Amino acid sequence: MARKDIDYSKYLRLEYIPHIWCPGCGHGSIMKSIIRAVDELNLDKDKTVLVSGIGCSSRIVGYMDFNTLHTTHGRALAFATGIKLARPELNVIVASGDGDATAIGGNHFIHACRRNIDITLIVFNNFIYGMTGGQYSPTTPVGSYASTSPYGNIDPSFNICRLAEAAGATYVARANVYSIAQADNFIKKGIQNKGFSVIEVITHCPTYYGRKNKLKTPADNLRWQKEVSVSIHRAKKMTPEELEGKIITGEFVNKSEEEYTEKYERLIIEKAQGKI
Amino acid sequence: MKVKESKFISGNEAVAYGAITAGCRFFAGYPISPSSEIAENMSYLLPKYGGKFIQMEDEIASIGAAIGASIAGKKSMTATSGPGFSLKQENLGFACMAEIPLVVVDVMRGGPSTGAPTSPAQADILQSRWGTHGDHPIIVIAPTMVQEIFFEVIRAFNLAERFRNPVVLLIDEINGHMRAKVDIVDESEVEIWHRPKPENPVGWKTPYKRNEELVPLMPDFGDGARFNITGLDHSETGFPTGDPKVRQQLHYYLRDKIEKNKDKMIKSEYLNTEDAEIMVIAYGSTARSAMRAVEVLRSEGVKVGLFRPITLYPVPEKEIFEVCENVKKIVVPEMNLGQYVLEVERITKGKIPISKVNRTDGEPITPEQIIEAIKD
Repeated sequence: MARKDIDYSKYLRLEYIPHIWCPGCGHGSIMKSIIRAVDELNLDKDKTVLVSGIGCSSRIVGYMDFNTLHTTHGRALAFATGIKLARPELNVIVASGDGDATAIGGNHFIHACRRNIDITLIVFNNFIYGMTGGQYSPTTPVGSYASTSPYGNIDPSFNICRLAEAAGATYVARANVYSIAQADNFIKKGIQNKGFSVIEVITHCPTYYGRKNKLKTPADNLRWQKEVSVSIHRAKKMTPEELEGKIITGEFVNKSEEEYTEKYERLIIEKAQGKI
Repeated sequence: MKVKESKFISGNEAVAYGAITAGCRFFAGYPISPSSEIAENMSYLLPKYGGKFIQMEDEIASIGAAIGASIAGKKSMTATSGPGFSLKQENLGFACMAEIPLVVVDVMRGGPSTGAPTSPAQADILQSRWGTHGDHPIIVIAPTMVQEIFFEVIRAFNLAERFRNPVVLLIDEINGHMRAKVDIVDESEVEIWHRPKPENPVGWKTPYKRNEELVPLMPDFGDGARFNITGLDHSETGFPTGDPKVRQQLHYYLRDKIEKNKDKMIKSEYLNTEDAEIMVIAYGSTARSAMRAVEVLRSEGVKVGLFRPITLYPVPEKEIFEVCENVKKIVVPEMNLGQYVLEVERITKGKIPISKVNRTDGEPITPEQIIEAIKD
């Protein structure tokens, strides 16, 4: 499925590569997936904005040749909301990690979903805070080890896609790095969706999560992703007991609702100017 | 100056009208007393001018959205009060570091913590200067009168744009809620500055290349330049760097941008200072009580004057030094336990006795209190 004829360099700032990600990190696969989606949609690079917060995933903005903004921890969606409202003609994509999007940025995450503003959020979920040395995050599985859970994590995990769905996002999907071609498609559809889209991509951190959880090599991690993943279609036929510990991949929401900046134009600007 | 209309409005409303005249077309805010009327008025006014208002989920998101809109080319503002100002500090530092024009209004109330939400205070003077971490550049303006607030908001936008730096406008519960007749003028009647940009932004790869005022020539997002903005130490290209020389130079630029241009930022008012033997230094709404005190004592023959810094930061060091050179005593009234007086002490180097008049009980400092301190 992944196209082979793409000139990746067209979308990369080669002068800033090699990147800072560790050998075996899954983030580079997601970066390439974004490139394939953007290339297929033929997005104008000058009119495309990539915003991030803080963490390993956030460093993607330095490598991609768009209008790029590396903000503060957890706040990428807030900055992106301002950009989109100010210039609705821009394509706005946000890259975030599990900690960035659902811990420190959790409030912005649910409210961006609620507004249905035309922004595409790609969550790089590697179950850990990699940049700071492997502390547990809101998606670290119960029982997993992290540098701040030396006795095993007891905090239940967030299900990012269910959170997005409940909060009102109009396109929600989950893929993983193991079957990255699926992510290409979801990211493409997320960008195409006129509204708030959340694409969670399960990725891996062999350096911190893997090392402490018997997934030492990148291949161990990819194998694990393959083993725990269940497609949404198959999951429908499985019992809750069978789904225990599994990660469901696929499209969870794909619906059409009026987008925020359009609604703003139609219901606020026009009303206000009619009164002048 | 041609007056468009005269309105009987509060200081908070004057902020909104001043912002519109200044060209502000984006506001993001979160409800907090005693600043909420600014958000309310912006929500009503902005869409009439094709601008956007958004009430965000919290104070942090509000300043984040305002910075985002500014990066996309809109003159932007957010407004808050003490606790909200504390929450905004990290992103305020981002705007200082990334050099994004922005106006942040802080309608001060009592603190620390929840303090006294609808009582006046001048509690955030030092926070306005040093609230965010790191040696950052900042401009702080503290107007007194309601009409003055209208024009100082315009000046705040002009300084923010011209120097690509956040400007903090400090008012308080007194002048924020005080009503007065305000003459509103159009942008054609006032000086309006726009942010420096490269002549041709297409393909521009050095967003931190500086003009003669040391201000970066940065295009807006979407202009065709495809550059990078980060809160990390960065080079002229906007990309992170670990080069100690480049990092040190960036920090010097941030400092010098204010230091070398401070005469263009400083604004002060002098009242009966020429022959004064006693000098009152007061700002914001406290300055009104100081004006009355000076008036009363002058009628009794006391040689007292008032120096009123309208720009608090950069500190008018030369101005304070000169105006105090020949006085026997200085009186500094503030609705806090002594914040700006630290600057006065620093500048006068302990050579002149300073009498502090402070109050944090939620009541304004009266002219009588200042008169007493002058006579003491």
